[in-house]
Amino acid sequence: MKTHVIVFPGSNCDRDVAVAIQNIIGSSPEMVWHKDTTINQSDLIVVPGGFSYGDYLRCGAMASTSPIMKSVIENANKGVPVMGICNGFQILIESGLLQGALMRNSSLSFICRDIIIKPANTKTIFTNKSTISKMPIAHNEGNYFANSNQIKEIEDNDQIAFQYCDENGDINAYSNPNGSINNIAGVFNKSKNVLGMMPHPERAAESIHGCDDGRNIFESLLS
Amino acid sequence: MLAKIHITLKKDVLDPQGSVIANSLKSLGFDNVNDVRQGKFIELEINSNSKEEAEKQCNDMCEKLLANLVIEDYSVEIEN
Repeated sequence: MKTHVIVFPGSNCDRDVAVAIQNIIGSSPEMVWHKDTTINQSDLIVVPGGFSYGDYLRCGAMASTSPIMKSVIENANKGVPVMGICNGFQILIESGLLQGALMRNSSLSFICRDIIIKPANTKTIFTNKSTISKMPIAHNEGNYFANSNQIKEIEDNDQIAFQYCDENGDINAYSNPNGSINNIAGVFNKSKNVLGMMPHPERAAESIHGCDDGRNIFESLLS
Repeated sequence: MLAKIHITLKKDVLDPQGSVIANSLKSLGFDNVNDVRQGKFIELEINSNSKEEAEKQCNDMCEKLLANLVIEDYSVEIEN
């Protein structure tokens, strides 16, 4: 499998996700600098977490206009799997590949802790091995928003990827860390080859992390 | 020309920062503050032959980058 990880100034989860890809998928990803313009033939492109361009204007807004994103969008439109984690999710939203918006957490605080998510659609390349999983979030702007028409469209197309839930899988206000509408933690594009999620599966990918629930997302990509 | 661009959250989008600011103003004794909406103000200098052209370009900038139209509204004002 040929894999690519995009690196922006301010990315800080690029190497973590590269290690997860190496260990779980068994592919050594090519690290692609944001000023590069082409990605030829890929089986997976990851837009990693961090604080690209210092989160100026809006998180992900600057990165979404960087030279490499044109190629990421072209690849996504051709059906190449593209996965954005945390800041990567914000970048994919700003680039128009995913619907909705990520606003400041309702608590107005940066939240860094473990949460639990549940897949809403397990028939996709990213989630076919997904179950209720624990993994960390670390963000200030993860409060997913979309207006009622967009939410209806997202729900009707099975585009919700993950929802925050409790240990029993119940989706409730108590298990919602950041105010996201309908507890949404991740969404797909219409054709389900683009995934954006706020939680960090690469930070829960081996036993030394204290939890390896995040592996199932990378394992799903193998099948 | 000078363009002054205001970007604010849409009316139906909750603005938790605005609410906190409103509460703080009330605690300072400004009891008549009903609602606060926080936004961004961007000033930019632009070369253009006409105000209309400059405004059109600024609208385009807002649609493409400066504002997130899912959650934000914008307004553009051009000064000579």
